[in-house]
Amino acid sequence: MCTVCGCGTSSIEGHKHEEGRHRHSHDHHRDHDHHRHGDGGPDHHHAADCSDHYGKGIAGVNVPGMSQERIIQVERDILSKNDAYAEENRRYFERQGIFALNFVSSPGSGKTSLLVRTINDLKDRLTISVIEGDQQTSNDAARIRETGARAIQINTGKGCHLDAHMVGHAAEDLALEPGSALFIENVGNLVCPAAFDLGEAHKVVVLSVTEGEDKPLKYPNMFAAAELMILNKADLLPHLDFNVGLCIANALRVNPRLQTLTVSARTGEGIEAFYAWLEASAAHRAA
Amino acid sequence: MHEMSLMESVIEIVCDTARQNGATRVKSVRLDVGVLSHVEPAALMFCYEAVRHGTIADEATLEINRIAGEGWCLDCGKTVALEERFGACPDCGRHRVQMTAGDELKIRDMEVS
Repeated sequence: MCTVCGCGTSSIEGHKHEEGRHRHSHDHHRDHDHHRHGDGGPDHHHAADCSDHYGKGIAGVNVPGMSQERIIQVERDILSKNDAYAEENRRYFERQGIFALNFVSSPGSGKTSLLVRTINDLKDRLTISVIEGDQQTSNDAARIRETGARAIQINTGKGCHLDAHMVGHAAEDLALEPGSALFIENVGNLVCPAAFDLGEAHKVVVLSVTEGEDKPLKYPNMFAAAELMILNKADLLPHLDFNVGLCIANALRVNPRLQTLTVSARTGEGIEAFYAWLEASAAHRAA
Repeated sequence: MHEMSLMESVIEIVCDTARQNGATRVKSVRLDVGVLSHVEPAALMFCYEAVRHGTIADEATLEINRIAGEGWCLDCGKTVALEERFGACPDCGRHRVQMTAGDELKIRDMEVS
């Protein structure tokens, strides 16, 4: 992992890391200086001279086993670095009028199929670019490019999620059109991507009817973090014992504000409702 | 295994903070981790051992404080204990409880020399 910026062993198409030395600059264009944030956020209260600060600190005056004058109060969220990058991304998207969605799901729920159909159907109404996250291969980006849309693949290597820093670089490389939409397809994983804000307007969780109705209860963090749940592969329902009502009830138990749609990316059933949600949310965001 | 990224982040923040404070070694690190957060303390410990090598924190001990889950029950109008995210209120049994504590994921403090 890059010890300066933490950009890890992930690779972004077109970006080359040579023997740990970066060819790309980490000082981004567009006022996107990540390192500035890494050096201290607004909730970062350590003093240059810690000795006279810590007696008044939150930890109190006496910490057993710790020598008072050498304790440094950190009081920072572990995710603060990621969150600072995410805020940079969010501000950039807002300035450019870009509506960014973060699609999360387990592997095989049909995220890429949903994206391909959406891009094809909305071609004349909305420009959509895609950031694809997978551990390996650029198969998904290739599928997206067949639609004519711009796409970039991030391979996370061993990583189980996309982080905001990777997305910041990828968004920059994509040279997004102002007023367009950006779909970020996260690594297929119902656990880890929940924790990492990428700067998106909304997380969209995709669940397919070939999975269990209790997935929202088993993986509550993901369903709690999302604004919309798309229940995909509805065309298979006649062949399954899947109870749609129970699944939605479970999801709402975890997140009472969650909106839900049942669709089939294959047949197009219910997909218009998703497009309506998309356009309404993008318009609301722009207003 | 996002615990690995989290611990890389911890080491990075800890080492940066230590250097900014003129320290050369980190002796211990304390985290606050809520019981309702999305991480597993045992996995954090495991990853910590792996990522601290070769840094100024390579001998630093790690202590993880667990923060209990709490929520505000809208029906009872009071703070109640929360055993699971979106769990029921232990008093009225309803699910209208808004989590107020237990989701923490924070570096509290550290000892340096």
